[in-house]
Amino acid sequence: MGLFDKIKSAFTGSDKQKDTVRDEKLSGAAPASKEEQVEKVTEISEKSTAENTTLEPKNDKKETEHYEKGLKKSRVSFTRRLNELLANFRYEDEEFFEELEDLLIESDVGFEATMHIADTLRYESKVQNVKSMKDAERVIVSTMVDMYGETNPDHHYFNENKDGLTVVLFVGVNGVGKTTTIAKMAHEYIEKGQKVVMAAGDTFRAGAIEQLHVWGDRVGAEVVSTKQGGDPAAVVYDGIETARNSGADLLLIDTAGRLQNKKNLMNELEKMKRVISREIPDAPHETLLVLDATTGQNALNQAKIFKETTDVTGIVLTKMDGTAKGGIVLAIGKELGIPVKFVGLGETMNDLHPFDTEKFAYGLFKELIEQTA
Amino acid sequence: MAFEGLTGRLQDAFSGLRKKGKVTEADVKDVMREVRLALLEADVNYKVVRNFVKTVREKALGEEVLGSLNGGQQVVKIVNDELTELMGGEQEKIIFAEPGQGPTVYMMTGLQGAGKTTTAGKLANYLRKYEKKKPMMVAADIYRPAAIDQLQTVGRDLDIPVFSMGDQVSPVEIAKKGLEEAIAENRDVVIIDTAGRLHIDETLMDELEDVKKAVNPNEIFLVVDAMTGQDAVNVADSFNERLSITSVILTKLDGDTRGGAALSIRSVTNKPIKFTGTGEKLDALEPFYPDRMANRILGMGDILTLIERAQQEVDEERAEEMAAKMRENRYDFNDFIEQMDQMQNMGPLEDIIKMIPGMNNLPGMDNFEVDPKDMAHMKAIVMSMTNEERENPDLLSQKRRRRIAKGSARDIAEVNRLIKQFKQSKEMMGKMSNGKMGGMEKMLGKLGGGKGKLGKMGKGMGGMGDMLGGLGGGNAGSGGKKKKKKKKKVRRKR
Repeated sequence: MGLFDKIKSAFTGSDKQKDTVRDEKLSGAAPASKEEQVEKVTEISEKSTAENTTLEPKNDKKETEHYEKGLKKSRVSFTRRLNELLANFRYEDEEFFEELEDLLIESDVGFEATMHIADTLRYESKVQNVKSMKDAERVIVSTMVDMYGETNPDHHYFNENKDGLTVVLFVGVNGVGKTTTIAKMAHEYIEKGQKVVMAAGDTFRAGAIEQLHVWGDRVGAEVVSTKQGGDPAAVVYDGIETARNSGADLLLIDTAGRLQNKKNLMNELEKMKRVISREIPDAPHETLLVLDATTGQNALNQAKIFKETTDVTGIVLTKMDGTAKGGIVLAIGKELGIPVKFVGLGETMNDLHPFDTEKFAYGLFKELIEQTA
Repeated sequence: MAFEGLTGRLQDAFSGLRKKGKVTEADVKDVMREVRLALLEADVNYKVVRNFVKTVREKALGEEVLGSLNGGQQVVKIVNDELTELMGGEQEKIIFAEPGQGPTVYMMTGLQGAGKTTTAGKLANYLRKYEKKKPMMVAADIYRPAAIDQLQTVGRDLDIPVFSMGDQVSPVEIAKKGLEEAIAENRDVVIIDTAGRLHIDETLMDELEDVKKAVNPNEIFLVVDAMTGQDAVNVADSFNERLSITSVILTKLDGDTRGGAALSIRSVTNKPIKFTGTGEKLDALEPFYPDRMANRILGMGDILTLIERAQQEVDEERAEEMAAKMRENRYDFNDFIEQMDQMQNMGPLEDIIKMIPGMNNLPGMDNFEVDPKDMAHMKAIVMSMTNEERENPDLLSQKRRRRIAKGSARDIAEVNRLIKQFKQSKEMMGKMSNGKMGGMEKMLGKLGGGKGKLGKMGKGMGGMGDMLGGLGGGNAGSGGKKKKKKKKKVRRKR
């Protein structure tokens, strides 16, 4: 037995017996409850797939419909279940509030926002003597609308440099869709007749540079790159030079995905941004944080730390064509004041859309609002 | 490290309870509300949370807890046990094909951006290193631009063959041909990388089913991003329904996510989590141990993983030799550098330290972080010393120190600090090496100004002091310095 194994057995040896006893004890009781739980879950998911099939046809191209399609699933189940919940409303019933919290959490409204709504309702139900379902509904809706109002500053517009080069820096954690988003945006602006240069600042991930080159060929944009493992700040510099010399309108800078708690990688990002600002004082004109809509509460951390490092000016919310609702952006808007500027609603080049808070919120709460109106 | 936020909240919830002797029903109720919120905030699925809270509450209200003298501790233990159970109880091993049944076939599946391709590479590397397998990877992602290039680059870095047929052939065909190729080339594991897809995309889910039929995989891994929110359950459930996945691999656990997905997925799909991805390097894949993870979540450290990591990175004979050197006070700067390298190979220092039981409770520990650059700077300083100086630090006169500062492009103050710390830690090691753990506790105390729990465990472990001393060497030198810095920062913040 080697040194390490000796040490290990010193830790495990005495504990082992206890563990097996515990396991035996548990195995008696646990299986039943687990099966029950699984059954329950499948039941629920069956229900929701059944609903899904009755949804509208797939070929809608218009933006609003896009939103509605993406959000319909959440809306149907959300509204229906909320109504069910409200139907059973009893004054100051702690169980009711717990369920309401669960419901909001599940709809990905976000923890903070959920607590805000639930606490407001708790308070109002005492002050305003909320007794009926109608009262409760009114308070919930008004709280939500207030919150949505807070997240709706008028700066959703894309900050373009009208008399020269617009520089956009894309940041975010791994696998959120930065490169794809850049390609989509390049496509959009090339369609508008602008000249676009893309800089392959992700020199870390295998295949990232090739990926941007493939997109460059497809959309017709020049791609500036170095070899894998090269200095990303140098790519940024080259990108700016190239864009200036060729008289481009738009420079889109890709960066490697990085988890926000990796200090050295965040420093690297800061440096890239410094290089940009040194070359063009008021650039980057936009620093866009790309967020995966499936991300949970960690998105708030992402937004917070990326904002500290690179002064994020807006969010691109990707993968909104799935079942995730991206409700966390409400909390991000409320806490950090970072607006969502674009949404990714699919995998093709045309699937990037400007974000419209009203449509987003309307999509989420449409039926609820109509019913109470 | 993932889960920290959850750890903090749960510890807050328990802090009052731990001190209590007798626990009342009201106490349990209060604590469980906090636990519930902590889990929800960590993205654990709300249904899972509800069941979890119910189970714990029932058990905690059992007579033995309410009546006993240390009821608070018992509640914590129940939560720990239930967390372990929630994540699957026992660690489950990866499945291989029966001998003589041809190569083992694995399929990697999941949403876009979950980390399938990187994980495929990590898994191949892991199986070659620890299971002595000869893996081959198959590039069946024909949709994302340059996905094949990515896998090929990974394969080249690892020196593991990658089979591809370009992006104009159907994934089913690629998978089939890949399997044939593996048999011809005598590879015993085939890992098929598939394109990321949404679980509601019928066409693409059909395609996965076809691939499954064509190659009959031994395992279908669902690769899930640990940062996923409530939607994790929908995703896992859909993939499981269509493909009957066999296990889950959780990626990006090196972030600061609270990792609720880890807790939900097992109980919804009833499929075990087998591995976790813990970094961007291709060796950052670890088997998943539910009990150890529960310990970590509750801030109890994870000494077993720490030892295992050391075992992987450190040569045992060298470790014994190093220990002897410390005992005999022969430890020098060369050893210091060697240990620092080993420490770095074991993962980020802040993660390693937190695996030591008790460390998580130290004040300021939650925002303790180390910039790898600082380590590099220290190394540069030592590298600028002559061999004589490294072996005999007493030689380091002011003149020599100035030369070293110039040579390493560091401040003279930094050089002085490093040398001072080296001497201090050497002194400490000498004290510790008499086989008692007292020194270790002192060192930990010095590090964090808190109380180490190691003393208790030190009993009956001869080599332990030496080993941790060995690790601690790097720790005291580098970590100790960081710690001081950190404290200053914290103070400034207030």
